[in-house]
Amino acid sequence: MKYMLLIYGNEDCWTEDERKECMLESMKISNELQQEGKLISSDPLYSITTATSVRVREGNRQITDGPFAETSEQLGGYYLIDVENLDEAIAIASRLPPAKLGTVEIRPVFPKPELLDTATERKASV
Amino acid sequence: MSSQMNANVVDQIYRNQSRQVFATLVRLLGDFDLAEEVMHEAFAAAIQKWPEQGTPANPVAWLVSTARFKAVDNIRRRRRLSDLQPELARRVSEIEEANDSIAEQDIKDDRLRLIFTCCHPAIDPQVQVPLTLREVCGLTTEEIARAFLVPPSTLAQRIVRGKSKIRNAKIPFSIPSLADLPERLDSVLSVIYLVFNEGYSASSGDSLTRVDLSDEAIRLARLLMDLLPQPEVAGLLALMLLHESRRTARTDSQGDIVLLEDQDRRLWDQTLIAEGKDLIERSLLTRRIGVYTIQAAISAVHADAKSANETDWEQIVALYDVLLKAAPSPIVKLNRAVAVAMRDGVEVGLAIIDELMERGQITDYHLAHSARGELLRRLGRTDDALQSFEQALSLAKLQPERRFLRKKLDALRANL
Repeated sequence: MKYMLLIYGNEDCWTEDERKECMLESMKISNELQQEGKLISSDPLYSITTATSVRVREGNRQITDGPFAETSEQLGGYYLIDVENLDEAIAIASRLPPAKLGTVEIRPVFPKPELLDTATERKASV
Repeated sequence: MSSQMNANVVDQIYRNQSRQVFATLVRLLGDFDLAEEVMHEAFAAAIQKWPEQGTPANPVAWLVSTARFKAVDNIRRRRRLSDLQPELARRVSEIEEANDSIAEQDIKDDRLRLIFTCCHPAIDPQVQVPLTLREVCGLTTEEIARAFLVPPSTLAQRIVRGKSKIRNAKIPFSIPSLADLPERLDSVLSVIYLVFNEGYSASSGDSLTRVDLSDEAIRLARLLMDLLPQPEVAGLLALMLLHESRRTARTDSQGDIVLLEDQDRRLWDQTLIAEGKDLIERSLLTRRIGVYTIQAAISAVHADAKSANETDWEQIVALYDVLLKAAPSPIVKLNRAVAVAMRDGVEVGLAIIDELMERGQITDYHLAHSARGELLRRLGRTDDALQSFEQALSLAKLQPERRFLRKKLDALRANL
């Protein structure tokens, strides 16, 4: 079962040292998960000051500077993992350093074959 | 066997063991809805087949195995609709492989797995409660909706939400590891206590109590005690039994509240009290007690006293001190203050309540004003007491509590 762990936190509440410490700790956990065959990918993201948002409305493209919404906690990175169940995902999320300062949101990944199933089932039931 | 007799046997097994069959099917099939559907098909088959073949030696195993075959058929039938379902194909082979000999302990543990799954902290507490009542206790959606005074459609939506969270987020159907057990058990115990309290002191509506939910909570705690005899499980069961022992005494013939100190203690159910005290003792012996056991112990001290004045207030205050260390809260501080008033005199207790009020922690809590009013009344400060009871009335929402406060106000005004 694949889960996306989305790392949210207030970008401004970290000192340079804390950020470095967090980065090292996160890389250590990533390596461990990689060796156990549980990591698909993981990356930190640049700050929201670098974000660009794109919307297409009635054929017109709007490009704006900034994230999709101004919030007190911002998306700062992600882990895509493949584990047995939600309890295992929760256990990994609780080990991530940002869980102590921000929030780790766990989202199950919608499997693509079922995506096709739902489409065919819908057709069948029409 | 006559068909009537057989129907009775099936009926009885349905009433007593259908949730057990369901729990095992959830483990084997990994799908709540499919488990429910094929369980009913298996019971229908039992009504047909048992008169011919005789009641099987192990009816639960028969039902589980019959339902399992129905599930395989069911999935195969669905499969024909589309051949793009490797997920279902995998499940069919898994179910077919599942061993026919179903160990008794496994079956017993399945209900525990079901409880932990429905009370998983990743599920909204508003959903945990109805989901547990529906899936573990087997109450119908309509019954739960009536008990909580919620429209059935709202409740059905919550249950669907819970089941889809379990399925899509893959909440495991398992008993938590020892490391996670305390946290996970807390979540289960709070669901059971919420169900009990809704039945003991309904959060809305005209009547103070709703018996069905309290009974259901006690039944659930007994089941949990049987499956997982942890000290806090015993503590919660004891606490509920001790509350329950006073049910008839805590309201009068008009359904109005009678305070603990004014209750006719001859009405207290001594069988429930004895069972509760026995559980507390067992829990205390483990030396791993928590908030439920301490609260139960406080309740047991009251149960031992012939009247409010003869209560061992010394011990009650001491227990509140332990409770404050385990789980500090303004409400516990308030209850302790009332006990201190009984032990050391009204002024001492009143001073503690006033201090709590000044810190603004309990100013919105109607029972704090009502307790303060009562202490003021005992001191003969009628005007101040009136003010406190009026404040309590402006904050109280339950009709029986409002009636109680109005009566208090009337009695005080009559004495002016």
